[in-house]
Amino acid sequence: MSKRWHPRSGWIVWIGAASLFLLHHDFWYWNDRTLVMGFLPIGLAYHFAYSMAAALLWAGAVRFAWPRHIEEWADQPAPSRPQSPVRMKS
Amino acid sequence: MILTIAQTSLTPLWIIIAYLGLLLGLGAISSRFFRGTAADYFVVSRSVGSFLLLMSVFGTTMTGFALVGSTGESFAKGIGVYGLMASWSGLIHSAVFFLIGIRLWAIGKRYGYMTQCEYFRNRFESPALGFLLFVILVLLLIPYLLVGVIAAGRFLQATTAGMFPDLFVMTLPNGNPHPLTGSLPLWLGSLVICLVVLGYVFFGGLRGAVWANTFQTIVFMVTGVIAFYLIAEKFGGMEAATARLLATDKSERVIRGSQIGNAQFFTYCFVPLSVAMFPHLFQHWLTARSARSFRLTVVAHPVFIAIVWTPCILIGMWAAGLYAEGGLRLPKNPDGTPISNAVLGAMINQLMHSPVLSGLVGAGVLAAIMSSLDSQFMCVGTMFTNDIVVRFAGPDRFTDRQKVWISRAFILAIVAVTYALAVYMMGDDRRSQSVFALGVWCFSGFAALFPLAFAAVYWRRTTRAGALGCVLVTAIVWCILFYRDVFAEKSAHSEDETLIFGMMPVAFIFGASAIALVVISLMTRPLSNATLDKFFVPAETN
Repeated sequence: MSKRWHPRSGWIVWIGAASLFLLHHDFWYWNDRTLVMGFLPIGLAYHFAYSMAAALLWAGAVRFAWPRHIEEWADQPAPSRPQSPVRMKS
Repeated sequence: MILTIAQTSLTPLWIIIAYLGLLLGLGAISSRFFRGTAADYFVVSRSVGSFLLLMSVFGTTMTGFALVGSTGESFAKGIGVYGLMASWSGLIHSAVFFLIGIRLWAIGKRYGYMTQCEYFRNRFESPALGFLLFVILVLLLIPYLLVGVIAAGRFLQATTAGMFPDLFVMTLPNGNPHPLTGSLPLWLGSLVICLVVLGYVFFGGLRGAVWANTFQTIVFMVTGVIAFYLIAEKFGGMEAATARLLATDKSERVIRGSQIGNAQFFTYCFVPLSVAMFPHLFQHWLTARSARSFRLTVVAHPVFIAIVWTPCILIGMWAAGLYAEGGLRLPKNPDGTPISNAVLGAMINQLMHSPVLSGLVGAGVLAAIMSSLDSQFMCVGTMFTNDIVVRFAGPDRFTDRQKVWISRAFILAIVAVTYALAVYMMGDDRRSQSVFALGVWCFSGFAALFPLAFAAVYWRRTTRAGALGCVLVTAIVWCILFYRDVFAEKSAHSEDETLIFGMMPVAFIFGASAIALVVISLMTRPLSNATLDKFFVPAETN
């Protein structure tokens, strides 16, 4: 991840997520019998494309809103282990 | 999932046996990589990379429903089923992996956690919450396990119908041969599946499950696509298949129309939130080598869902047309409606007449079922070991080697108890249907606990009482709605989903759970900053 995370980049991703959430409700294709490529009902084609758009959205999130600092935080030695009942012996 | 078509060739059974043998072999190989530590047995030493994480998480999330249930639902309700279940899941599962999964992985790695209860207990400094969650999560998982074991037995029974006419004779009450006569009995099919899953999980631990899930995910994705291609070819191509449907009185299957209501379509978005509280998925998250390992899972999950679901939705839609033409025979419910879960098997048997394809699809369906079962068995064993035995005996009471053997003993016991319960449930059709209804409701229970998972990670003001209230309110509202649905109103054989004011019941349980968490938290004393600082990742400064 060469690009440094910027708060504004993250906002674009979350606006995209909210838009995609709303676009799920495709009432405009509710009764449309159009076939895409002669066999695929347009309502199904729309939701197939929706799945691809979701993948693109999350690719954008990984690219522009990735929490880089989490990895470093996880790798740092914990100051004290909160009440954990399991302690590895090896 | 009962097929009536007599299948005399042994080829499908041999293909399934070969597949199960491969799984056991994979389990044996994976056990050779075992490092002898508890961390290796429970969370693969947190060493799983991007590809294995994607395949194991996807395989765990998708059950046999992804192949058999999706085809049946599309047969009954048309293409709207994809938007209802698949595209919501694609968006929301990945959101949960990205927003919650990565943070829980980081906390788990930093403090060495193995189970969800351990995290919540320490996050809210509440042994009571840890114990309450343990009980609820195990109770929600048991029906889920039973559904998998019974479904696997039924599928093997249907696939082997007619193969052993002299060995396993079944008759109807009127003395005529049962349509499934000559098939492997339910108890035997379920036993075989339980033993195979036990075999690779017992020796290989979660590594065995991760490797097996990866293989199984490839199998069920590939077999689904092959079945789709060959079925479409049999119709004379995809255009011809859809044209035949449009010429029948089932042509409304190409639209959503009135088959799925507006409110149901929208409120189904709550169901995929269940992945945030699946204890078996939590355990898979902990196996990741690094946060970066999540990237492929987050991006590819919606694509994988589309690859599995789209062909099945089309097959189900075309099957509705074929059934309307009289070209497809299906077993019927007592009320005369066709059993929709039999559609995929019937399409393959009656259209293809190919024992090889039947065997491959059979292996694919079993792969989808087993890839969830293994993680669930493993997870319950891990929880009993870490949240009960180690917690009460003390962290230094056992060596790693002893912990691994305690866990193995628990896994063995859980498989035995699940199998015994499954055999008891199989003995009566009504009991069996109740298990499936309960299985569906379990998803609602997990989903309704989402506010707890989200608030634990993002809302510092969440209090111990708020978390406890959230869990208790979820349990109470769930029990009331479940009783109303399963015992009070619905007939035993109804396949329709229960709706409240047209909405999914999970929306109401979720609402009650979220309100309880927020209101009680605001009314009670927050946790100390010292505790909160341990669990909240500092914001990035650059």
